[in-house]
Amino acid sequence: MSHALVPTKLEELWAYIAENPEAMLCAGGTDLLVKIRSRSVTPDCLICLERLDDLKGVRFEAGEIIIGALTTHRELLHDPIVQRDLSILASAVQNLGSPPIRNMGTLGGNIVTASPAGDTLAPLYILKARLKIRSKESSRSVPIESFILGPGKVDLRAGEILSEIAINQDSRFTVNHFEKVGRRNALACSVVSMAALMNIAEDNTISEIRLAWGSVGPTIMRFGDVERLLEGRQLTVRGIEDAIRKVQQSVSPIADTRASADYRRDVAGRLLLRLLSYASSR
Amino acid sequence: MIVSFELNGKDVHVETSSDRRAVDLLREDLGLAGTKESCGNGDCGACSILVDDKARLSCLTLAAQLQGRKVVTIEGVCGEDGRLHPVQKAFIESGALQCGYCTPGMVIAVIDLLNSNPSPSRNEIREAISGNLCRCGAYQKILDAVEEVVKDSKKEAS
Ligand SMILES: Cc1cc2nc3c(=O)[nH]c(=O)nc-3n(C[C@H](O)[C@H](O)[C@H](O)COP(=O)(O)OP(=O)(O)OC[C@H]3O[C@@H](n4cnc5c(N)ncnc54)[C@H](O)[C@@H]3O)c2cc1C
Ligand code: FES
Ligand code: FES
Repeated sequence: MSHALVPTKLEELWAYIAENPEAMLCAGGTDLLVKIRSRSVTPDCLICLERLDDLKGVRFEAGEIIIGALTTHRELLHDPIVQRDLSILASAVQNLGSPPIRNMGTLGGNIVTASPAGDTLAPLYILKARLKIRSKESSRSVPIESFILGPGKVDLRAGEILSEIAINQDSRFTVNHFEKVGRRNALACSVVSMAALMNIAEDNTISEIRLAWGSVGPTIMRFGDVERLLEGRQLTVRGIEDAIRKVQQSVSPIADTRASADYRRDVAGRLLLRLLSYASSR
Repeated sequence: MIVSFELNGKDVHVETSSDRRAVDLLREDLGLAGTKESCGNGDCGACSILVDDKARLSCLTLAAQLQGRKVVTIEGVCGEDGRLHPVQKAFIESGALQCGYCTPGMVIAVIDLLNSNPSPSRNEIREAISGNLCRCGAYQKILDAVEEVVKDSKKEAS
């Protein structure tokens, strides 16, 4: 690498990008600088986004929650809007990496890294997050599931940045559940994770549910048939057991140093059992 | 480039390449070897420093990112008269170290914690040092030391 640039205004960023078309963008650096050190990427120039205050913070705008891509995980955890309205995202960030990783790493960086184990991704999929992508000339908005194309692959073209994450709270859910299974609590990449948003009717049937799994496929996995099967079912072991099997048949995990594929498959289904703790006790 | 920032209360201007790692800049160019490097990958916390009062990993920070910031390393946490920081003192009194290699990073992590949460529970302390590995396994004594600091500051306040 030969140099690092630190723009403080968007106009400066666009100018740097134009002058250094081969440059890579660096947010918190917690993924990128590790890759540079192991020489899996070798950029000539880095453009650091950390001082672009326009791309930070959480706000309401036209009925949507807008999160700046440069907002750090620590800032998300302390944000009152996130705490109140996006508790599922807060739960996911709570155990992401370690305190210094959360002080440095950003939400935008977690998305663009597009790891199947990225902790914020499963919650963002079921919150139906839309991503705002900007360049000097243009701006577009894409659903997160079309932005992430595969492990480490995203729909970002030359000169574009991820500027904001928009979440439209059209439906409200009483259950906001996230669980990450890892080898230890801190500094552990997920072995399997599951995010769930759910409403339960008075008779203890599931009235609405959205589910997503991490680390059991090339990207975050959602299964519409499992959700449809569960809706209207009693929130009991018998009510959900065929859904557990269906999840186990549908995931496509790999084996790595952290866990075998069979273990991941087994646990991915069984994580649904945790939802029973929200059953209405009549 | 010339990087200018506040280091342990003093303004510094150093000629360096913008992509030099902060840990190398501090240890090799500025001679502050208190900050340690172990994994170089974000996994161990040994290289922690305070940047604008928050703990950051200097192995994953570039010189250009320090421009204009307020940086405190383990050499700068003590008072101006050289008196130890209460966290340092408690580490010594509780025997919270064996080889001491993790200690600078641990002290920085604890100072960051106490800045935002002056009376943490034992679990909150655990959580706060969860990014710092101690290969000697001095964790229990480290937790004891931090609890002592909290107790003392409560005594002082009352
Ligand atoms: C020790 C350690 C533990 C970790 N633990 C976890 C964990 O438990 N869970 C987890 O999910 N992750 C973990 N990570 C990975 C990492 O910390 C997160 O993915 C983090 O959110 C990345 O954000 P960043 O800002 O540091 O990204 P960076 O490293 O700065 O960037 C990552 C990639 O995204 C691109 N990028 C970043 N921001 C933008 C933007 N706004 N527009 C366009 N491109 C952009 C960069 O060009 C780069 O390619 C860990 C990392 C380390 C080193
Ligand atoms: S040396 Fe920086 S985290 Fe290990
Ligand atoms: S005291 Fe030796 S590493 Fe912690």
